[in-house]
Amino acid sequence: MIITLSITKTIQDWLIGMMPEGVASILAMVIVALIYLAIFAVAGLYLVLLERKVAAWFQLRIGPNRVGYWGLLQTMADALKLVSKELTGTIKADKFLYNLAPYFVIISSLMALAVFPFTKEFQAFDINIGIFFLIAISSIGVIGILLGGWSSNNKFALIGAMRSGVQTISYELSVGLSLLTMVLLTGSLQLSEIVEVQKEGWLILQGHVPAIIAFMIYMIAGTAETNRAPFDMVEAESELGAGFHTEYSGMKFAYFFLAEFINMFIIAAIATTVFFGGWLSPFGITESLPWLGIFWFLGKTLVIVFLMMWFRWTFPRLRIDQLLTLEWKYLLPINLVNIVIMAIIVWLNLTIKF
Amino acid sequence: MGYFSDIYKGIKTLLTGMSVTGKYFLTSRKGAITQQYPDNRDTLKMFERFRGEVVMPHDENNEHQCTGCQKCELACPNGSIEIIWDRGLDETTGKKKKKIDKHIYHLGLCTMCGLCIEACPTDAIVWAQNYENSTYDRTQLTKVLNRPGSKVKAGIED
Repeated sequence: MIITLSITKTIQDWLIGMMPEGVASILAMVIVALIYLAIFAVAGLYLVLLERKVAAWFQLRIGPNRVGYWGLLQTMADALKLVSKELTGTIKADKFLYNLAPYFVIISSLMALAVFPFTKEFQAFDINIGIFFLIAISSIGVIGILLGGWSSNNKFALIGAMRSGVQTISYELSVGLSLLTMVLLTGSLQLSEIVEVQKEGWLILQGHVPAIIAFMIYMIAGTAETNRAPFDMVEAESELGAGFHTEYSGMKFAYFFLAEFINMFIIAAIATTVFFGGWLSPFGITESLPWLGIFWFLGKTLVIVFLMMWFRWTFPRLRIDQLLTLEWKYLLPINLVNIVIMAIIVWLNLTIKF
Repeated sequence: MGYFSDIYKGIKTLLTGMSVTGKYFLTSRKGAITQQYPDNRDTLKMFERFRGEVVMPHDENNEHQCTGCQKCELACPNGSIEIIWDRGLDETTGKKKKKIDKHIYHLGLCTMCGLCIEACPTDAIVWAQNYENSTYDRTQLTKVLNRPGSKVKAGIED
């Protein structure tokens, strides 16, 4: 039996048999969107559980282990609780923006998921400017955070939101430039093509030294992009209450929370696609079975997610001026030099290929 | 060249930190410090320095070491300890001597500061390691530490 993995096309072809083409393609998009929404809402919840378990192990604790076997249903129960909670708000909040903000954040992070090739042809939307789309969409989320912070009419929330703006705009540069370094190698922005190039060796091997430097910069900047510790100036429990989502409760809070974890998954997924060969297996050991690519993709992504959790539970937090010093005085100059080095390597054909 | 040595030092110290937490992560299964309390109440034993409540140990002859000096009562910052004492005839010397009638300890008031135990010159009161101290009636929290009919151990005042 041949299982075709090109989901959008499969669903569309199946629907065209029943209805006119225009309706069919719109319906196909809606169906794919719903599938993604359902899968990643659950995946986000399990990332929260993973974070809690990993945090517990780092701190010599046990972690959630009561709800379900080994605590597996804990975050499901939490989400149910949050759905059933009352949505409170402040009287002087800007109601429209206040209610809009969480959807902004969650939608922008879910949109980014559409372009990832989970395995050969298993991709909802194979856009030819994939990396560019990802960089653009990942900075839209900060508008949601700024809206939330502003409209809450709360000083803590506003300070948190402004910090988020400063942080995201600064670190956006590093994320973009480190990905551009790798684009020099691939010669394409399309994610499926980037994976295709890596059949001759993962990009982190092909580009050796500058690729490793780019990966390190990407991980630092990516962690800062997701507003996670050690860069959690935005939420900063110790000084700002909960930062921009101080005034949110119930499911709106859960959207912010979920978006943070989905963003973490996205940052890890970009790193997997661009540096570690996406769904390709090491040495091509499962090349004849393309559906196993999902396993490889998720495996690599989870390793990088774990790395980000490891950062969180090890490193001390940065002050806001240290945060900006790190970006503007260290990461950005190194990054610019790194691009030149990579360009020379590509020009002189010094890449390692198998 | 402080710029590059800063980067080198920064990366080195961050990696040192990650190796420390990494080791904890790998050994966390053996060394988890969480007690899953209601499940393991049969086997759970608190560590020696745990401050459960103040008790007065008695030996097999029903003798304690309290001379009734009231230093613990004075040391207690919030009056958890009350000592009711009396003067009785000492059998060996025939003289009148101070001895305790009741050493009353209010567990409900106690803040577990331990000053009474430090103040005691004869180690008559010590910490117990029990931890399930809740009751349905707060009068049960007022305890008489010396057992009925007990007396002070001979020679403890010397």
